[in-house]
Amino acid sequence: MTGRYVGRRLLQVLPTVAGIVLVGFLLIHLAPGGPIIALAGDSGDDEYYAFMTAKFGLDRPLPEQLATYAGNVLRGDLGVSYIQGRPAIDVIAERLPATLLLAGTALVGSSVAGVALGAWAAARAHSIRDLAVTSAALVLYAAPVFWLGQLALLTLALRTGLFPVQGMTTAGGPETGLAWALDVARHLALPALVLASQEVAAVARLTRAGVLEELAADHVRTALAKGLSDRRVLVRHALRRALLPVVTVIGSRPGHLLAGTIVVEVVFGWPGLSRLLLTSVQTRDTPILLGIFLLVAATVVLANLVTDLVYGWLDPRIRYR
Amino acid sequence: MAGSTPASAIADATDVAPVGRVGALGRAPRRRLLRRILQTPAGAAGVSLTLLVIVVGLLADLLAPTDPLVPAGPPLAPPSPAHLMGTDALGRDLLSGVVYGARTSLVVVFATGALVLLIGVTVGTVSGYRGGRVDDALMRVTEFFQVLPRFFLAIMAIALFGPGLDLLVLVLGLTSWATLARVVRAEVLSLSQREFVEAARASGASDTRIVVLEILPNALPAAVVYLGLLLAQVLLLEASLGFLGLGDPNLVSWGYLAGQAQRFLRVAWWLSFFPGVAIAFAVLGLNLLGDALTDVLGGRR
Repeated sequence: MTGRYVGRRLLQVLPTVAGIVLVGFLLIHLAPGGPIIALAGDSGDDEYYAFMTAKFGLDRPLPEQLATYAGNVLRGDLGVSYIQGRPAIDVIAERLPATLLLAGTALVGSSVAGVALGAWAAARAHSIRDLAVTSAALVLYAAPVFWLGQLALLTLALRTGLFPVQGMTTAGGPETGLAWALDVARHLALPALVLASQEVAAVARLTRAGVLEELAADHVRTALAKGLSDRRVLVRHALRRALLPVVTVIGSRPGHLLAGTIVVEVVFGWPGLSRLLLTSVQTRDTPILLGIFLLVAATVVLANLVTDLVYGWLDPRIRYR
Repeated sequence: MAGSTPASAIADATDVAPVGRVGALGRAPRRRLLRRILQTPAGAAGVSLTLLVIVVGLLADLLAPTDPLVPAGPPLAPPSPAHLMGTDALGRDLLSGVVYGARTSLVVVFATGALVLLIGVTVGTVSGYRGGRVDDALMRVTEFFQVLPRFFLAIMAIALFGPGLDLLVLVLGLTSWATLARVVRAEVLSLSQREFVEAARASGASDTRIVVLEILPNALPAAVVYLGLLLAQVLLLEASLGFLGLGDPNLVSWGYLAGQAQRFLRVAWWLSFFPGVAIAFAVLGLNLLGDALTDVLGGRR
């Protein structure tokens, strides 16, 4: 991976970010009622309208409005939510940790489990266990995540009481220390498992296909002929090369994963961004909605960037054309 | 390469048609294609599930026992011969809701599919055939649309413009074509180097003629295969939005039904179970169909 590749790839981020910022601007300006209603709602008082008009330069010519808006957005200043009476970015930041905890756990868990299951299935292609893994992956990949959540609630939480039903902590439970962490972990287990299942399915399918392809390749036959053990060949020779496309897929799924997180949060009453997002839709609290949209988009861009750099590092053949 | 033979410069381009027509996907092989899909269990399941959803959606008026929005029995009645999937808190028949939900899914999938196909094939073809700067520019735009988080964009659009089927289809369509465009571009790129295209070009056919008659018919199968997998994702996305109560308020959708079930999970498992089964079957059908087509056509997954 050359410095040139890294540089070109970093430069590519700029137009993408500009495009995302522009999409937000366009939506706000195309919305019925115009930008001031879109940004400040239709129930604000005159003082608030004047504040938001000044903040986003809405009384200025359009190019100037775009510049002001872009400047605000890039500084992370999205204006004040009328409903909450506080800067939008603060309101979002408050809810973010719970969402990130859930999404992060699912991302790490699903990547590890998906790769392991895919390789495990590929090692005995067309056996019973391969069939079991591939069919389970196929079904999990098709099942809507809220349905898996509801089924998990019905069977594992409500019926058996193995897991807590709602929320992130036990009411009146421990508030600090290890006891608190354990309480959170107990609440986290089921939603994270549900959220991870679809990602596991995607990663396992791809890993299996990649490993199968590599196992048929010449370099694997050479390794086997040298007398290396099956396991060593599978992990060191086949899986290692098969992981390249898997890295790309994992890195390209954060948008999907965060969408799933919102839905799973609703099913399990997880106190993350979902409730804020839904009440903001009902109250048409645009600064919040815009903030969440931009935040997710930035996460996806960053994840793609990291993925490409990791890919370039893993595979020295990659050159920016 | 491209653009060197403007249509006006060709005196008589009408008699070049038969030069390079490839018969790989002509009438008879296409019938064999369907048979080969049906021969594998996965392909047969994919075709049956997809057909089932289409037929139920089309015949919803005949198949639904009652109006899905009008109470038809006791509230929260479990599945019974009178109400095969039970009733909701207002006594509305769930089977009727699921049947009409198929129609909503069908409309969303077909309308979004048409939009995605139109944009994706156009962008992919122009990009692959023109090459050079046009290709570079279009691919940058395509990459941008691949990064755009559809779900959150759709939520913001719904908040600003109000919920509705037309807006939903527009947002999903405008944001879902990127990968299809890349698939089409790759096909067009390899096809335009093939001998039969060279032959058509050498015999003086116009670019439009080459693209429409020689390249598109051969690039479309790959696009259609991919479209199945793509629409499965669109269906899941629409279901998630419906689950959050952001779908069209005037239509019954599977996601909406599952969302309504959330509050009654403790007392009425059937309310969440059956709509979820319907979504999973429809998505599974599209995925299996896409996989089977890919295998039969010998493409990559």
